[in-house]
Amino acid sequence: MAGILVVAENSGGNFRRVSLETLSKARELKDSLGGPLTALVAGSGISGNAGDLGAYGAEKVFVADNEALGTGLAAPHVDVIAKLQGENDFSAILVGGTALGRDIAAALAARLGAGLNSDSIDLSANGSALRARRPAFGGQNLVDAEWNGGPQIALVRPNSFAASESGGSAEVVTVTPEISDAALAAKVTARKPAEAGKIGLEEASIIVSGGRGLGAPENFATVEALASALGAAVGASRAAVDAGWYPHPNQVGQTGKTVSPNLYIACGISGAVQHKVGMQTSDVIIAINKDEDAPIFQFADLGVVGDLFDIVPKLTDLVKSRQG
Amino acid sequence: MKIAVCVKEVPDTTAEKRIDPSTFRLVRDEGDRMLNEFDKYAVEEAVRLKEAGTADEVILVSLGPEKAVESLRQGLAMGADRLVLVSDAAAAGSDYLGTARALAKAIEETGAELVLLGSESTDARSGVLAATLGEVSGRTWVTSANSLAVNGGSITVERQSDDGIDTVEAPLPAVVSVTKAINEPRYPSLKGIMGAKKKPQDVKSLGDIGLGAGDVGEAGAKTKVVGIETPPARTAGQVVKDEGNGAQVIFDYLVEKKLI
Ligand SMILES: Cc1cc2nc3c(=O)[nH]c(=O)nc-3n(C[C@H](O)[C@H](O)[C@H](O)COP(=O)(O)OP(=O)(O)OC[C@H]3O[C@@H](n4cnc5c(N)ncnc54)[C@H](O)[C@@H]3O)c2cc1C
Ligand SMILES: Nc1ncnc2c1ncn2[C@@H]1O[C@H](COP(=O)(O)O)[C@@H](O)[C@H]1O
Repeated sequence: MAGILVVAENSGGNFRRVSLETLSKARELKDSLGGPLTALVAGSGISGNAGDLGAYGAEKVFVADNEALGTGLAAPHVDVIAKLQGENDFSAILVGGTALGRDIAAALAARLGAGLNSDSIDLSANGSALRARRPAFGGQNLVDAEWNGGPQIALVRPNSFAASESGGSAEVVTVTPEISDAALAAKVTARKPAEAGKIGLEEASIIVSGGRGLGAPENFATVEALASALGAAVGASRAAVDAGWYPHPNQVGQTGKTVSPNLYIACGISGAVQHKVGMQTSDVIIAINKDEDAPIFQFADLGVVGDLFDIVPKLTDLVKSRQG
Repeated sequence: MKIAVCVKEVPDTTAEKRIDPSTFRLVRDEGDRMLNEFDKYAVEEAVRLKEAGTADEVILVSLGPEKAVESLRQGLAMGADRLVLVSDAAAAGSDYLGTARALAKAIEETGAELVLLGSESTDARSGVLAATLGEVSGRTWVTSANSLAVNGGSITVERQSDDGIDTVEAPLPAVVSVTKAINEPRYPSLKGIMGAKKKPQDVKSLGDIGLGAGDVGEAGAKTKVVGIETPPARTAGQVVKDEGNGAQVIFDYLVEKKLI
């Protein structure tokens, strides 16, 4: 067993923050788990920023460049990582919990016959073994898990660790991807990028969410304005999504996404238990609701009883004036 | 063409959960259990493909306790033709890989060319089974389908990726997980509910599908739970009434907590 591999995901020439968060955490674990700390950057036409990962603790960075590694489909990545695993025998493989990362980790674990602990919000060392902590049942319980044998594959929930630089440098090694026909069987024939500037819910460190209290679809603009001032993503309750006011991928809750941002601002959301289980692991929850008996006030860190149409635009102006 | 749909019985995640402190497993005989909400979208999509004449049989496939039949019957009431439930004491404590191995074997026996799954289960919330199953069964797999079309020997999927929506073409046989955007699941009709009881519901042991302990269950699991903690529930913080200063109160709080 030799060291830790962190799969560093690239999007539009930048590393995803969760990859840098994961790498920073791996740097702490290296002494117990054993080094070296290696990163993999796999993509298509990826620019020469692989060496930047040295600043986050990577001692060695493998770079794999191939068209098939830039489609958002995971199977070609699995071929590349499985081969590296054969050559390097990593004891742990850590992957950021994006949509692509989830697919990579799942298929890789199956390919290698290895264990996968998903949705880790903390990683620690138990002697030289990795230990992962994840919330279960909507955050009601925290489960600690380990592995029987290796490699120990973990998916890391975004916003679980701080991305911090240590000022090191890395040796960059180019690898030639060997991608099987099976991994090329599914083909992307068209791509429709999401609106530029829109931040994905799961990775966002701040989320501003709107519910039925917004009253009408056009009123989501109020929430979007605050979100844009804060650099936040926009979430929605199921009531707002079911009414057709906001798209499905933005729904937070039991049947939507589970999020753990540093800050969650709920506007016109009652705080039903099905909503709560999707956001109660947020660090700080702020609620704006005109009903003082709304359940959300029972678990918000700060609650303001009032009309969101008064409060949210004023708050947006205050945030903007601080920045500008 | 036959379609297999992987369905799972889940506990009501909004109810208090109890975990057996000695086995670290969920106590499954308590409280409400239901068909995983996300799986209804997969069942609906399969039933629509049957109604459109693209598929001729829809088979629900599951791994879980025998009692799960009651929850899973809802899929039959929605229009699926039959249920195959793998249930075995030795399958308890399966990890993703074990679950996928058991489902793959059961699916193989059905002869299904297309396998549909929900995007996540509301208890595990991992969303990893489609990829695991695809890899284990050697089928092409595509996750997070917002739409699905079958054209002869291949499928076209619009999939939700991290960066947008991509159109993906893949050959059959295939494994596809679907998102909530794909359709609006129907409520079973009274006739559907009555008819569901009479549809075939086969419970199979691991031996029946040719698997032994070591492939699945706790014995075969590559991950192990070593501890469980129940963190204190969130409590109410400060609640203030807006008297024209509500925005300022929030702003000051954000500054104080260094959130902006
Ligand atoms: C199986 C199942 C799964 C579910 N999954 C989810 C899920 O994933 N996510 C989810 O969110 N829900 C989910 N729900 C639904 C959930 O039970 C609630 O119905 C839903 O969360 C309510 O949404 P809401 O808070 O926006 O609406 P409401 O409960 O109607 O609350 C609106 C709130 O806005 C306030 N308000 C109105 N006007 C204003 C104003 N001008 N200013 C300030 N406040 C105002 C009101 O006081 C009220 O509290 C699920 C339900 C079931 C049964
Ligand atoms: N035990 C099981 N039996 C049948 N299908 C399952 C089982 N566990 C998970 N699935 C399927 O896999 C999907 C994703 O589940 P998960 O990866 O556990 O979040 C679910 O929506 C189901 O379609």
